[in-house]
Amino acid sequence: MRCFSLLSAVCAVALTGLALVEVAPARADDMVTIVIKEHRFDPAEVKITANKRVTLLVDNQDATSEEFESGEMKVEKIVGGRKQIKVMVGPLKPGRYPFFGEFHEATAQGAVIAE
Amino acid sequence: MLASLIIVFREVLEAGLIVGIVLAATQGVVGRGRWVALGIAAGIVGSCIVAAFADGISSLFADTGQELFNAGVLLVAVVMLAWHNAWMAQHGRELARDMKAVGRAVKSGEKSLAALAIVIGVAVLREGSEVVLFLTGILASEEGGLATVAAGGLGGMALGALVSVLLYAGLVQIPTRHLFATTTWLLTLLAAGMASTAVNFLAQAGILMSGGTVLWDTSGFLRDNSLIGQALHIMVGYTDRPTEAQLVAYVAVVAGILLLTRWAARSVPRMVGAAE
Ligand SMILES: [Cu+2]
Repeated sequence: MRCFSLLSAVCAVALTGLALVEVAPARADDMVTIVIKEHRFDPAEVKITANKRVTLLVDNQDATSEEFESGEMKVEKIVGGRKQIKVMVGPLKPGRYPFFGEFHEATAQGAVIAE
Repeated sequence: MLASLIIVFREVLEAGLIVGIVLAATQGVVGRGRWVALGIAAGIVGSCIVAAFADGISSLFADTGQELFNAGVLLVAVVMLAWHNAWMAQHGRELARDMKAVGRAVKSGEKSLAALAIVIGVAVLREGSEVVLFLTGILASEEGGLATVAAGGLGGMALGALVSVLLYAGLVQIPTRHLFATTTWLLTLLAAGMASTAVNFLAQAGILMSGGTVLWDTSGFLRDNSLIGQALHIMVGYTDRPTEAQLVAYVAVVAGILLLTRWAARSVPRMVGAAE
């Protein structure tokens, strides 16, 4: 009994933070494809529309898995070998947003340019 | 090989630091070794299952399965950490004061240990599935043989475990009366950091659309993917570019756990003698 009331209290408190921020369904307007081949991004630089939510389609053509990551765009997502993932970014202010492949950081480097 | 070593080291470190903090926090609690081991074992088994079904998970919920899975797993850990801290506030003093109650307390202490085992389990699950995906990927390609994977993987695991052991050894140097307060704070901040990471995954999934403004940028000072930055990220939730939503989640969880533990500590008198 006590455990349950404790648990629900914790849940309520933990979710307060989320409730403060308005929630809306996902919506993909633009889609840009980035291919991973031999641990490199192709194209290494992609242009997207600024101030708009954009979906990046990361197409990994290598046999190895990769983690698509960017501190600037605040994304982190694993894409398996010969698999594809969709990453939603933005809306981004105009500027350059580097990204990298965490599993092959030496070669897998790229950037999104929002304009 | 060096790349595999570094990747595995970083992932093991992420889970290992959490195990170190939990071990320090449960210093002297009977049966903790069994629960911690159970958490680690379940996490490793879970990692392989998650890695095997990674594509399936990823394609769930309009391709946001991976984000929702990560967010969900983190939020479970946050709730378990909060519950553990409340339990300690309620029973910690009682345990020390009334030795006759120890038998009973140990029994209910198992619930608290189970909560921490879940925290360890999900930490190992999250990081372990990344390791499994990375290593099986390397194995599947021609670039590395079994020897590379084994050397890099085992070396990384050993190094990650070593650093975690060092953290644990450092923590237990703290005098016992301060150790409890220190680890309670560490667990609270650990939970807050996990909540803010979870919020980021929800934003990435497009579920949380607002609060995405980055509040400040300390990446020039300390990047969160540097070694120290990453260690601070796990232990206290350091992020070099926090968003509004992340800060709100962080503060809400710290405040929530503080209120909860205070409330739990105050309800101690009613608890004494009431076997539960
Ligand atoms: Cu990780």
